[in-house]
Amino acid sequence: MSTSADLPRSDTAPRSARRSERPPSGGWRTIALKEFADHVASVRFLVLLVVIVVAAIIPMYFISTDISGSAPQLSGQPALFLALFVVGSQSVGGVTTVAFAALLVPLVGIAFGFDGINSERTQGTLSRLLAQPIHRDDVVNGKFAAGIAVISVMLAALVILVCGLGIVRLGIIPTPEELARVLSWWLATILYASFWLAFALLLSVIIRGAASAALVGFGSWLGLILFGQFLLPLAASALFPSNTAGTANDYFASTSAQAIFLRISPATLYQDIVTALMNPTTKSVLGVGNLGQYVSAQEQIPSLLTLDQSILIVWPQIVALVALTVAMFALAYVLFLRQEVRA
Amino acid sequence: MTDERTPPSDGRRGRSRRRSRVRPGTSARPVSGRHPSDDPTAIGAVEPGDPGAERTVRPWEVEAAAPTAEDRPRGRRRRRSVASLLADVPEDTVIATRRLTKEYGQFTAVDSLDLTIRAGEVFGLLGPNGAGKTTTVLMLLGLTEPTRGVVRVLGLDPTREPLAIKRRVGYLPDHVGFYGAMTGRENLRYTAKLNGLTRRESDARIDLLLHEVRLEEAADKRADTYSRGMSQRLGIADALVKDPSVLILDEPTIAIDPAGVEELLALLRRLVRERNLTVLLSSHLLGQVQSLCDRVGFFAAGRLIASGPLEELARGTDAMQSVELEVGVDGDPAGIDAIAAAIAGVQSVRPHERDEHLRVVTASTDVAGPLATALANAGVPLVHLRRRGSDLLELYRRYVPEGLDVHIR
Repeated sequence: MSTSADLPRSDTAPRSARRSERPPSGGWRTIALKEFADHVASVRFLVLLVVIVVAAIIPMYFISTDISGSAPQLSGQPALFLALFVVGSQSVGGVTTVAFAALLVPLVGIAFGFDGINSERTQGTLSRLLAQPIHRDDVVNGKFAAGIAVISVMLAALVILVCGLGIVRLGIIPTPEELARVLSWWLATILYASFWLAFALLLSVIIRGAASAALVGFGSWLGLILFGQFLLPLAASALFPSNTAGTANDYFASTSAQAIFLRISPATLYQDIVTALMNPTTKSVLGVGNLGQYVSAQEQIPSLLTLDQSILIVWPQIVALVALTVAMFALAYVLFLRQEVRA
Repeated sequence: MTDERTPPSDGRRGRSRRRSRVRPGTSARPVSGRHPSDDPTAIGAVEPGDPGAERTVRPWEVEAAAPTAEDRPRGRRRRRSVASLLADVPEDTVIATRRLTKEYGQFTAVDSLDLTIRAGEVFGLLGPNGAGKTTTVLMLLGLTEPTRGVVRVLGLDPTREPLAIKRRVGYLPDHVGFYGAMTGRENLRYTAKLNGLTRRESDARIDLLLHEVRLEEAADKRADTYSRGMSQRLGIADALVKDPSVLILDEPTIAIDPAGVEELLALLRRLVRERNLTVLLSSHLLGQVQSLCDRVGFFAAGRLIASGPLEELARGTDAMQSVELEVGVDGDPAGIDAIAAAIAGVQSVRPHERDEHLRVVTASTDVAGPLATALANAGVPLVHLRRRGSDLLELYRRYVPEGLDVHIR
């Protein structure tokens, strides 16, 4: 076990010695810079950037055509700028920019992480890297940081492109509130991508072959997206059967149990967050838990929430997604620290 | 092999030292001589600005690795035993291991290894694949934690202070690899950066190293276009980027063609001499590295069977102190028999085990000179005369029993 081997040094050394032994730039930063440069120069970065940008711009193009075509009816509509992201045009089957991003972001996260550690191992660079005066966790930290940085840049390009084209095509300037919502969507999407990045890094620690790690990663992504929304409610209804003869509250208890179970999945969590952030009229993402809530939801006057109110609605989801990401990363981190260096 | 840099220690002394190591009297270490920083309770008394303090103390008195879970109840006893384990380590020792053991479950990769490598020495750790050489090297660098025993590299404990060791020890792993998308020069720059060197100081050093390993022309080509030998040379440059005082080479000649090996060894010989490095190199190709090593240790199944300068190993173990000569003549080898038997000191003449054209002459002293003269006088042309035991492979066979030699898990 090498768990304690590369961890921060013991307290028995004089303070001056300890300071001088720290690499001046911080090992993880050096690694992150190198990894970032590698990512940006890689073919996969180019391909993913093109895919993401095309996938985002096509729905945005059609919806902006629709909006400017029916400008008289829509003038005065609140949060019109956000419609560029969240409303789908009929000409492309109602697919939205946000939905495309939600579909593709896990792909990006996995793509920048699946070969993080195992490629170093197969290349024979891992033992050389670890023989340098850096802590072992610097390797994982640096790779994670570099991955997040690349994903952030990619998504920033996407957001700027959609906003810029939207301004040109619609001729409306987004309000600060709308911009803040787009910005928070960007941050939430980075968080979601980080989850998949951490998951991919975990796979790269466990699975020695980069190709199999990629397959397992993409397989889990597809599985979660395709089957997660069927399997998780199924598990919930097995535990909380919805009884047709029961009371209305029984029914609501069953559906809300299903809703809770769905939120084990990071995809659902992200979907909730995006729904609340990008749609100021969203008052609740969890559905209703009992009859009283149902009635009061029916009686509400439609109104717009401020951004902080929207964030408050999905705060549990944000926390849960952060927790899932941290758990994935921690698992990858611990397993890597305990792993033998030799192949 | 010249003896000029061979340190005073020898294999036999190493063996007797090992025997006396656990004498109870040696465990009483002078506690007052310890550096205050070694005592966790004395942290407040340390003057951080005192640079001399580190040098006045013998590094071997530093306490052992933090006790592992199983040892914790008897931590006090263990500390004392560590001090006694290190009691016999000479002043100028660079790498020392005492009773170093590494177990993977039921399998013991390294078994009670005692190793002492002194400053300026080139030590060859020789053994078959799977003997535990790489595991030993990884423990020296703090990349793997020992199960038991003590390791000191430059007076530091790799488990506790891996960074301080890794800053001063250059390491060439077996099957070294480089980032294929980067050029050789960029790979070295990355290593320099990880070592905290600034671009300015590293660039000059890298240019020099690339010149020394003769990779200037390929320096700006992608590393995945390099041949195996070029990668290995780049690996040596990479290990030297940090300007280390110790170099650890794990199987440096593996997967290189014979001409490349010769070139690599010449390069290593020159670098080691110029930089006055202490070198630990491991290899399973005995013949290839013998010209490089001041001392060798035979390693098999996790244990160090014998160690010392080559000539001493060749002499030391021969119980009869007899010399064996391989003799070949032009014509029937039976012609040797009578002539050789007539020489004073010759004990026996027998046919060679593998080569029917040769005879093996056993004598109490080296009779190579008299034998050659006698054969010449008899008019028998001598075509082959070689003293046995000068070859590492023969030595290895002698020291390592057959069963250990074919150690396959």
